[in-house]
Amino acid sequence: MKWRALGRAIYPLIGVAVMVLLWQAYTQVFAVSRIVLPSPLDIIVASVARYDLLLRETWPTFLESVYGFGLAVAIGIPLAVCVANSRILNLTLYPILVATQSVPKVAIAPIILVWFGLGMESKLAIAFLVAFFPIVVDTATGLQSTPSGLIELARSLRASPVQVFAKVQFPAALPFIFSGAKVAVTLAVIGAVIGEFVGSVSGLGNLLLTANSQLDSALAWAALVWLSILGILLFGAVALAQRLLMPWAELGHG
Amino acid sequence: MSGGSDGAFGRFRDVHQEFSRPHREPLVAIASVSFDLKAGTLMTLLGPSGCGKTTFLRIAGGLIRATSGIVEINGAEVTEPQPDFGIAFQQSNLMPWRSVLKNVLFPMEIRREGGRAAHERATELLAVVGLQGFETAYPAQLSGGMQQRVALCRALIHRPKLLLMDEPFGALDELTRMEMQDLLLGMRAKTRATVLLVTHSISEAVYLSDVVVVFSQRPAVIADYIEVPLPYPRKPEMRYCAEFTALEHRAGRALGITR
Repeated sequence: MKWRALGRAIYPLIGVAVMVLLWQAYTQVFAVSRIVLPSPLDIIVASVARYDLLLRETWPTFLESVYGFGLAVAIGIPLAVCVANSRILNLTLYPILVATQSVPKVAIAPIILVWFGLGMESKLAIAFLVAFFPIVVDTATGLQSTPSGLIELARSLRASPVQVFAKVQFPAALPFIFSGAKVAVTLAVIGAVIGEFVGSVSGLGNLLLTANSQLDSALAWAALVWLSILGILLFGAVALAQRLLMPWAELGHG
Repeated sequence: MSGGSDGAFGRFRDVHQEFSRPHREPLVAIASVSFDLKAGTLMTLLGPSGCGKTTFLRIAGGLIRATSGIVEINGAEVTEPQPDFGIAFQQSNLMPWRSVLKNVLFPMEIRREGGRAAHERATELLAVVGLQGFETAYPAQLSGGMQQRVALCRALIHRPKLLLMDEPFGALDELTRMEMQDLLLGMRAKTRATVLLVTHSISEAVYLSDVVVVFSQRPAVIADYIEVPLPYPRKPEMRYCAEFTALEHRAGRALGITR
């Protein structure tokens, strides 16, 4: 058991290390230009040397992502509750939801920029738009797949509809809600960066574009690395929240 | 008021159940079933699978309404689940997010009576079924038999007058099943609840019951009404006595398995 746990930590690290080494070797052996493809070492050097700049630019992107994600949760879950429990609302709202989802977010980003300006609001709006859909869909699916035995049990005890929702339907949907939230939080980072690409004055996306235009590829790649670390950390935060709020999910016998 | 006009706790008269089906004539699950359920007895509905015995139990529990017929329990017509009913299903139906204790307390919480007294009673019940020390465990950490014991405690927590059980041990292995049967008999002796239990096991029916009501193939009618004269407390050895075997044989004949 212990060896298995160790393996779970070691094998991904080995995978990453091998990839980084191959990359480093490739750039050195073929003397690849730093502008075309900086070596991992160049990127690490840039990440460390310019860390104050990177940290400063991470903050707005972090806020845009978290606010957008938070808004998606705050609006998405209640909406999912409506969609899951009312046939009329389901029929009315679901097609609209699917339609808004099928519009490419990159395409509406310029319009949103016109509405909300260059500041944080437009990024937040785009992050919200991309994070919203998985939360609504997964939550609604979870709320609709309550085990029928539990519903019957609640009915046999004459539970009120509010009790059925709060004590049975919602807790039973939690695993679905969290899997939607994990997808949504990484999408929120992508949404924030899309917003920054289309027009902004700050953020890692903005820094990436600026560095690129100045042919400072090492910094651009460093911004990319920081972006993915941001995404991983936010994902980890949601996964941690899940472990804390659903301790039973880790259990099983044997 | 306890009991109907003729002293019975439960009265079933010409209970008939049909289910409508699209583009076909309705499915008749129960043709006509009438019997009385005496207070404090353990009555088993025995029948082949798909014969309508579970449907009948759901009617008795108020989860569905019979197409026609009279269903009276404790002097009142049953049209919806009653507060003094306890139900246990074939699946334990425990909530994975609740600890053992909180699962047992669930009915009390729904009734807004989840106070100290309920807490104490839940702990007591868990001790009776041999689960002391497991109060804070989650269902996923328990074996199937232990989960079914928790479900039994949950069904009894609000001191129901009538305990309805739908093949409660059907998903368990033979040894655990026999253990649970003794446990159920012990709990019943303590609580004096009236029990209506559905099973398709002949030996389980004979071992547990005061009365075995044998259902025919669908559409169900009563194929036999067998009073079991064996004394309580029942002992596992009784399963091998001649009287027990004779009763099993009679039930088997009513089911059309033996001649």
